[in-house]
Amino acid sequence: MKLILKLHDNIRHLFKDGALFHRVSPIFDAADTFAFTPAEETHRGAHVRDAIDIKRVMVTVIYALLPCFLFGVWNAGYQYNMAHAVPGAGLVDHILRGLIIVMPIVFVSYAVGGFWEVLFACVRKHPINEGLLVSGFLFPLVLPPTIPLWQVAVGITFGIVIGKEIFGGTGMNVVNPALLSRAFIFFAYAKSMTGNVWIASKGDHVVDAVTGATPLGVLSAMPEGATAADAIASGQVSFMQMFLGVMPGSIGETSTLACLIGAVMLLLAGVASWRIILGCVIGLLSTATLANIFGSSPMAQIPPHFHLVAGGFAFGAIFMATDPVSAAATKAGKWIYGFLIGMLVIIVRVLNAGFPEGVMLSILFMNLMAPLIDSFVVDHHIRRRRKRA
Amino acid sequence: MAKLRKIVTDPLADNNPVTWQVLGVCSALAVTTQVSTAMVMSIALTAVLCGSNVVISLLRNMIPNKIRMIVELCVIATLVILADQILRAFVYDISKQLSVFVGLIITNCIVMGRAEAYALQNPPFKSFLDGIGNGLGYSVILVAVASFRELLGSGSWFGIQILDPAWYVGNTLMLLPPGAFVIIGLLIWFQRTIISKTLREED
Repeated sequence: MKLILKLHDNIRHLFKDGALFHRVSPIFDAADTFAFTPAEETHRGAHVRDAIDIKRVMVTVIYALLPCFLFGVWNAGYQYNMAHAVPGAGLVDHILRGLIIVMPIVFVSYAVGGFWEVLFACVRKHPINEGLLVSGFLFPLVLPPTIPLWQVAVGITFGIVIGKEIFGGTGMNVVNPALLSRAFIFFAYAKSMTGNVWIASKGDHVVDAVTGATPLGVLSAMPEGATAADAIASGQVSFMQMFLGVMPGSIGETSTLACLIGAVMLLLAGVASWRIILGCVIGLLSTATLANIFGSSPMAQIPPHFHLVAGGFAFGAIFMATDPVSAAATKAGKWIYGFLIGMLVIIVRVLNAGFPEGVMLSILFMNLMAPLIDSFVVDHHIRRRRKRA
Repeated sequence: MAKLRKIVTDPLADNNPVTWQVLGVCSALAVTTQVSTAMVMSIALTAVLCGSNVVISLLRNMIPNKIRMIVELCVIATLVILADQILRAFVYDISKQLSVFVGLIITNCIVMGRAEAYALQNPPFKSFLDGIGNGLGYSVILVAVASFRELLGSGSWFGIQILDPAWYVGNTLMLLPPGAFVIIGLLIWFQRTIISKTLREED
């Protein structure tokens, strides 16, 4: 440690204004503050003394994502080995196979995202932010394991540059960058995100024995007249399977259980807002109940608790919707924001035949609405107080 | 002479109707999936804009102030119908692709805006030049946006295949209206940070 500190102190002067490398000083800053406590202190005004800072928040999210990530690695390998009927594959084989599938995606996401972050930090002279650690990790987890690596690169580029940097970097983004990256891939390269893409396969060899469809894909493809109960009864989807996440899907979001472990960590650390998560759940359950009562299509007949574990809802509600930058900031606003996300998810799933899943679009849409909700809530407070006065 | 030239060149970059005043964006989103349709749309709009500017400038001392907008709209609508009929007669295929958007030139804020802001106060020749300038300013952006969208979306330019589909996967987002939003946004960014800065420094 001392050696590194010495090295840093020795080259620090090279990055001062006007010195040789002052243009790339954000890189030095990042390495420096990553290893050591920053030297700068605020001197004036009242401050809350707290150990939490942006770095700590982001690292907490990374820890909370680890259960999803580890399960996703195992699941990707497991699905692959099952689909290819690899003989005698055990836990270790699944994990190794999963790492081969998942690690390149994570690596590309971080490398390309990091490149843009550093480039903008150097040109705009803002410090390199840790937001990238989360965005670059969230993005691979919401991708199918078959995604071509160049699409990962293009997607994260779009998310980081258009979603975040042009608005001024971490903390200024209107929508969640990782989710915007996914939306970009979803609309730009739809073939990579729909159909039989949820199980990794060897080259162009398509796995015939197993359909790569997700449970929501299966349900939305049920013929008119068949009820969701039929699908569930025929064993194509079961609640437990979806809760545990042993099924094809995006890398990190199949397991509701893993997401819940992450949620506990986030809530204990005070990083995520329980109001948003609960709002999402209530919105989802109430709208799904309404759909049960009034709808007749197979999708509308899915029991509400199935919606909780299906698709990316748990992952989206816990990790994406609670992004403190793009979510609503007021307490009442968080309830409204969460509730409307849950409601929109059901509306998209049930009413829109084109999209079996609606979590991504709902969260992005509500990200855009969050400032409006906040301003509405604040206005309401002001009016109420004025009346009281 | 320099003044007259400025009437034409000013709207091309520094005071561009699309990227600077953010007018006419609706059609810039709608007709720019291919360069050919964008080109025809640009020509149609430039023609209508020049025509309406000249006619309204000629009438400017006769139009009662209270009903000037109705009169302007009559002139513009007539010219738009003319343009639409001509397109149908000579380039039927493209006219079909442009569908309602030729008719919607009537609602294009650039046409109405130039009539209100320029033609009502200036003589016909100057108004004509203003129409050319603004029409070209619109065209430049439209063709630029369409070039990006067609190249990235379908791998071609003006219908000629440039990027081989064997290895280039078309970006379908570019063929959707949000793709145009992104491209126009980037163009505005580019213009405000690079082109306009040099122009301001020259002045």
